[in-house]
Amino acid sequence: MILLWMIVLLMAGGLLAWLSKKWHPVLPRWIALFALLTDLALAVWIWLSTPAATLGTSPWLIRLEIPWIPQWGVGFSMALDGLSLLMLMLTFFLGILAVLISWREITTKTGFFHFNLLWVLAGITGVFLTMDLFLFYFFWEVMLIPMYFLIGVWGHANRNYAAYKFFIFTQASGLLMLLSILGLYFIHGSQTGTYTFNYFELLNTPLAPLAARLLMFGFLAAFLVKLPVVPFHSWLPDAHSEAPTAGSVILAGLLLKTGAYGLLRFVLPLFPTAAVEFAPWAMLLGVVGIIYGAILAFSQTDLKRLVAYTSVSHMGFVILGVFAFNEWALQGVVMQMIAHGLSTGALFIIAGFLYERLHTRDIRQMGGFWAKAPKMGVIALVFVMASLGLPGLGNFIAEFLTLVGSWQANNWLTVFATTGLVLATVYSLRIMQKVFYESAPTDRPFPDLNTREMLIAVPMVVMILWLGLYPQPVLDTARPALIKQLEAYTPLPEQQIEVALNVIPVDSNFTKAMVWPSTSNSQKSPLGIGALDKEGGRGMKGRQENMKAYPQNTYPQNTLLTDVNIPLTPFKGGLKTSKGDLKMIRKIKPRP
Amino acid sequence: MTQNDFLHLMPLLILTFAALIIMLVIAAWRNHKIIYAITAISFVAAFLSLYELQDVQAYAIAPLFVIDGFAVFYIGLILLASLLISMLSYAYFEQREEQKEEYYILLILSSLGACTLVISTHFASLFLGLEVLSVALYTLIAYLRSRERSDEAGIKYLILAAFSSAFLLFGMALVYFSTGTMTFSGIAAAMAGFQELPLLLLTGFGLMIIGIGFKLSVVPFHMWTPDVYEGAPAPVSAFIATVSKGGVLGLLIRFFMEVDGFRYPVLMLIFTIVAIASMFAGNLLALMQQNVKRILAYSSISHLGYLLVAFLAGNQMGVEAVTFYLVAYFITTVGAFGVVAMLSDKERDAELMDDYRGLLWRRPWTATVFTAMLLSLAGIPLTAGFVGKFYILAAGVNTQLWLLVVMLVLNSVIGLYYYIKIIAVMFQQTEAGQEPLQKLRPSILFASVGTLSLLVLLLVGIGVYPTALVSLISSMLETFHPVALR
Repeated sequence: MILLWMIVLLMAGGLLAWLSKKWHPVLPRWIALFALLTDLALAVWIWLSTPAATLGTSPWLIRLEIPWIPQWGVGFSMALDGLSLLMLMLTFFLGILAVLISWREITTKTGFFHFNLLWVLAGITGVFLTMDLFLFYFFWEVMLIPMYFLIGVWGHANRNYAAYKFFIFTQASGLLMLLSILGLYFIHGSQTGTYTFNYFELLNTPLAPLAARLLMFGFLAAFLVKLPVVPFHSWLPDAHSEAPTAGSVILAGLLLKTGAYGLLRFVLPLFPTAAVEFAPWAMLLGVVGIIYGAILAFSQTDLKRLVAYTSVSHMGFVILGVFAFNEWALQGVVMQMIAHGLSTGALFIIAGFLYERLHTRDIRQMGGFWAKAPKMGVIALVFVMASLGLPGLGNFIAEFLTLVGSWQANNWLTVFATTGLVLATVYSLRIMQKVFYESAPTDRPFPDLNTREMLIAVPMVVMILWLGLYPQPVLDTARPALIKQLEAYTPLPEQQIEVALNVIPVDSNFTKAMVWPSTSNSQKSPLGIGALDKEGGRGMKGRQENMKAYPQNTYPQNTLLTDVNIPLTPFKGGLKTSKGDLKMIRKIKPRP
Repeated sequence: MTQNDFLHLMPLLILTFAALIIMLVIAAWRNHKIIYAITAISFVAAFLSLYELQDVQAYAIAPLFVIDGFAVFYIGLILLASLLISMLSYAYFEQREEQKEEYYILLILSSLGACTLVISTHFASLFLGLEVLSVALYTLIAYLRSRERSDEAGIKYLILAAFSSAFLLFGMALVYFSTGTMTFSGIAAAMAGFQELPLLLLTGFGLMIIGIGFKLSVVPFHMWTPDVYEGAPAPVSAFIATVSKGGVLGLLIRFFMEVDGFRYPVLMLIFTIVAIASMFAGNLLALMQQNVKRILAYSSISHLGYLLVAFLAGNQMGVEAVTFYLVAYFITTVGAFGVVAMLSDKERDAELMDDYRGLLWRRPWTATVFTAMLLSLAGIPLTAGFVGKFYILAAGVNTQLWLLVVMLVLNSVIGLYYYIKIIAVMFQQTEAGQEPLQKLRPSILFASVGTLSLLVLLLVGIGVYPTALVSLISSMLETFHPVALR
């Protein structure tokens, strides 16, 4: 029930905030703040009361099932695992910051503003919690409208265009997802006789390869647009730069994360075969996004647009990691979701502070603020460093884990992805240079951060440092959930995976050995066990046959981790396994 | 006719008598409030008389009518919509100079026509119902004679409707010629005997589709819609968009299910083309409009296209989806036109974008209602429109009408654009402060504000908890004999 209360609290708080404007102009702010603080306290309480060690084999902490539209098999079904819990805490934390930064920035229609703010957050909370696909789509849409209003009413000059674009992009892609949901619903129904939208029931729907592919693309449409992945990213810079600061924070910090969350929660477990097929392309898109976003970020003059493009770049790591299908990468993705939410949110907040003082977002008109506003300079420096991936800050852990994981899946793409870190350094330092170091173009007075602003900035610094220095609690919390998501990809029980994880020497011949099944993708494979994924089944089957091909003791250890990582090569003839790989494979050929 | 027949036709009889009584009362004493009270009471009474019929098994009054669950549901829907529209009309006409009493006679008569349509099982009763509906509508559309565009709209509707009736009649004649009967079941039996459709019968169906298509204002028979919607008084536009179309759609479902037209690829092809064309033409043309009433007109064309998608599914789920969507569409359309009516002044209806600029800050409540209605038209969650669209998509996916389903999705996105355009205009910041609340008389206030509040509650209620409506519809459809057969 507590899960429901979290959402109800936000929704009721929103309505109350809207109405309370009549009684007192400051009341909406306090109501919003109070609702979010309560929710954060609830989430943290859940987190503290269930230490990671006590988690058993099931990753689910709390579940809630209420029938809603029984005729259609729709239930008000919610569940909380480590992944959702982390996302919820991020949601409420950023929500509180969003209320605080709007304290002075938003002066018109405050009641309606806080209504929208809380309802966006309610929609996002719902997305992170719901385990019913109908309900998921419902919340997916619920968060759009208030966001549209946040951009369209309180945004900057070009807000209408940006709001439209945001809305139409996300709505169109969402409808494709709805079609896929319905397709899955009917396929499941016709096979089992129970028509249901329940996630847990739909999980093991056997799908024909073509159907799986089509359905997956429907889901991907929604998530890749939201993430965004490069060809679909064009709504993001407009929406981010035109939104008010609170809107940008929520967009960058939370809305993008719903896309990543959707990939983890739905695409991976529902369509393992199709996802494996698509993985090289997805990773390629991720790498393109990383580099393209970084280059575009470097060439922006509008500070908020610049930060927006860094999001494109950072989200490239997310998709790269998700489609690496191993625990390292997924841990990296979760860390990236949280760290990026904090660091980019913070950069938008700093952009907001600057805008409040200068009434421009053009970095050519900024400069020399280091001397005038040292506090702001230090804080900006922390988050710029976080954004470029400096060790000791959250983003470093995230990107490192992601790259380690994706290296096991695809070496070359990972090499290119790593160049993104260099590019990140270039654009991030440019922010510092242009805004804080160069000589000042104007001689206007420039007040430093006041108490309220420090109150916003300091917790973020603390959080990002904590994530960078001691990420273990976060990793522990996410781990059972992630293993669950990867269940379809790892045929052996958990314990052995743990062992495997501990013994992987990352950069050794062994790593190459680990990728051997990639060459066994087709019937031509040297080991002659190419049944993998040609089954049209769940991939599992193929892998189990792989297992059978070996006597127990000769089966190369650790292959289970990555055994399906590069079944398809993205280029015809390109990205083939090197001769060395083949040599390795000969080496590990089972003895007769 | 037996006593039982009378009992089953009670809602229609009440409406007939109400029209007569109002006519007599007007002759004696012209008073808007009293006439309105009689109208409202008769609608309510007719609706309550349905209570007796709630568990009705298909009761045939051969050969003209049949009263089954489907009919009862549609009659109920029509009556409720008419009641709400009459309430809006009361607030709307109270502010105007014209003689307003006769309006209610016409409103009742056209509702009667729509009710007749949904219980018809014979060409004669079909045509009778259609003409009662149309003739009353001619006058309703041109009711505010002094308005610039009302004559144009009235004449346009008159000529085109007469034309379409002629097509319909000729089509019926051809069907009669081929099958030798005018009852739906007789036609179905005759058609079952044919190996394939004879050309004359097919021509007959084609001509009938023209007549029906005109009433439904689907492409390519939609030309009249925007002009008539624009010229007619706002409540009348709401009436045309809902009751008139709902009645005809009910008839279409009954006829098509009875003769099982889904077996014939050529008929399916015609309807598929019509559905896709309606969605696209409606939405694309709406994009270019600056007039709110015209936008709503084009949007209603595209919504009929959506409805046809579920109709083409042709199974029980399809009929349920059509019915559910129709309920959502009724609520939304009446609400939207209700807002237009509420904002209208003595000279003209509030139909320009300028009338809505910054409405949220001037009249927050009205703007919220309108926003809710538009979001429902766009199919956004928490509104009935979302569940309806979901239902239609489900019906389409279920019968694998992929082309239609994808077109529907594409059109939903196009549609979003113009709905949002209106919303964006309403949310624009203007200098004007909040308007002082108008001092309305309590009766008017109740009629307009009360109606709109009720509609919003229904909209959100169905959007959040559709279970009740879904089970009501499926239980009502149990006695719908063509569906039960399939």
